[in-house]
Amino acid sequence: MTTLLDVENLWVRFPTRQGVFDAVRGVSFTLGRERLGIVGESGSGKSMTGRAILRLIRPPGIVEADHINLEGVNLLDKSEKEMRDVRGQRISMVMQDPKFSLNPVMTIGDQIIEAYRLHNSVSKSAAYNKSLEMLEAVSIRDSERVMRAYPHEMSGGMGQRIMIAMMLIPNPEILIADEPTSALDVSVQRQVLDIMDKLVKERGMGLIFISHDLNLVADFCDRVLIMYAGRIVEVCDADKLHDAKHPYTRGLLNSLPRLDAPRNRLEVLQRDPAWSDTPSVSGRE
Amino acid sequence: MTMSDDNNERRPSRAPLSATMWPVARTTIRTLGSIAVTLLGLLFVTFIIGRVMPIDPVLAIVGERASQATYDAVYQQLGLDKPLIVQFLYYIWDVLHLDFGTSLLNARPVSEDIARVFPATLELATLGIIFGVVLGVPLGVLAAVRKGSWIDQVARVLALVGYSMPIFWLGLMGLLIFYGILGWVGGPGRVGIFYVDVVPSVTGLILVDSIIDGNWDVFRDAFSHIILPASLLGYYSLAYISRMTRSFMLEQLSAEYVTTARVKGMSEWDVIWKHAFKNIRVQLITVIALSYAGLLEGSVLTEIIFSWPGIGSYITTALLSADMNAVLGGTVVVGLIFILLNIFSDLLYKVFDPRAK
Repeated sequence: MTTLLDVENLWVRFPTRQGVFDAVRGVSFTLGRERLGIVGESGSGKSMTGRAILRLIRPPGIVEADHINLEGVNLLDKSEKEMRDVRGQRISMVMQDPKFSLNPVMTIGDQIIEAYRLHNSVSKSAAYNKSLEMLEAVSIRDSERVMRAYPHEMSGGMGQRIMIAMMLIPNPEILIADEPTSALDVSVQRQVLDIMDKLVKERGMGLIFISHDLNLVADFCDRVLIMYAGRIVEVCDADKLHDAKHPYTRGLLNSLPRLDAPRNRLEVLQRDPAWSDTPSVSGRE
Repeated sequence: MTMSDDNNERRPSRAPLSATMWPVARTTIRTLGSIAVTLLGLLFVTFIIGRVMPIDPVLAIVGERASQATYDAVYQQLGLDKPLIVQFLYYIWDVLHLDFGTSLLNARPVSEDIARVFPATLELATLGIIFGVVLGVPLGVLAAVRKGSWIDQVARVLALVGYSMPIFWLGLMGLLIFYGILGWVGGPGRVGIFYVDVVPSVTGLILVDSIIDGNWDVFRDAFSHIILPASLLGYYSLAYISRMTRSFMLEQLSAEYVTTARVKGMSEWDVIWKHAFKNIRVQLITVIALSYAGLLEGSVLTEIIFSWPGIGSYITTALLSADMNAVLGGTVVVGLIFILLNIFSDLLYKVFDPRAK
């Protein structure tokens, strides 16, 4: 499998008054044209990993790595200006809640057209037509009206499909989906995922799917990294997630209720301080 | 798909024209109605103040040594023998005809006086707020973007000085340095003594009138007189505006849509001005409108230090000599300006924030 992204020994640090806080501690993994899941609880460093790849960690946060190679070119060597050509055009990101991730005072049309025209020098009308096409690709009917509408007039499911359309319109190679369905109703989650999946497959993209929902990731991804306290504790194929070995993963799985095997008491996750001290498992293929 | 999704998408894409016209008419009527009610409340308050003040308006006109007959005649002439409600209606009628009565100090109609002093304040306040906005907004944005940097510290100190330094001190120092020692600007007053009443008064704003007349000497002179007080007033609004801009901007810069804009590959400049700044316009309008209204009230101290014949010093002088007609007339005008500025900023909200529609 061709490697799109190769991350080696990634650290994300935040200097605080109490000393340096390490949000991500020496994570390594590769991404091909596949769906890679990153799971973990809040604060495990999964979102920070996604943002560090796009170099979106704002000062005073610090990103360090041996390399973050995008098709062989180290992103850490790029200037901020060169990074702008990577963002959107080559690596893009869909965030958690469309209510907050769309600009409330701009029409949806303007925001999608802007995303396209940043990387393609085309006329406004060409960009407009391309945007309509893209909205239809994410199953939005009445796309002309949606183009004129503002984000607050959309439901969560529509908003997230709009986000996906906006982030995929420059045709990037990698999409980072940071909890893309956590803010949505359960009934529309599946639908949004299916649309995203279809587009990612059609375009042969690599997808990094960040989530805390183990079952969703097991269903949806090819490979899963399980993160704990800024490190990868286990790597496994998604369909073998339920046979995971690491006590943390097992603990997470056991703390989930199951419809087919109801239990009176769910297990509580017992954390072992040793987990956070063991070195990171490599997620390279 | 959820129900809400369905409902959303099946809404008719275009409403018929009559249906879209109605809300506009309704909003206009509601706006005018709220102006009328607020104005009525204002007039009621000024009317009551005029009646409860322990100043006998008749005595103030006829003097202490007038005969009882003269006193009674004037009493009737002023309509004071009528019931209060009738007096109030008369008062409204008069105000609607811009008749605020006669000033006791100079026996001229108050409306004429206000027409003379208000443009002086308007000119000063407008120039002041322009300074405050043009410098304060970018300074606030910059301080937010470079939070914690030296620019932020400079902005903080500037604002702190602006908040805490009394204008009578700063004004006097300004006059001493820039007029007395350096001679860069004109001294107190609106124009130098040679230029008084040289250009015909059209708008009452000397800067504008001199341009209309094409008399550039007067314009230069008037500008050199207004620049110092206007900068000082501008500085005070700058302190407030830049601090507010900074905090509004900080809030927006941490919002997710700003990250979205960065993910798209936008330059930081565009992220700030095209995305974040668009979201603070509404709040900023409130701040600017309030500052402007504050300046239009007339800043008494500034006007006195710079011998500026504005509405602030006019009302104060009238108050000190118990010239109630002038005080109430001035109060009504200032109140009206507040109401109009409020309405104006409400209208701008609707332009800048699609959610307010």
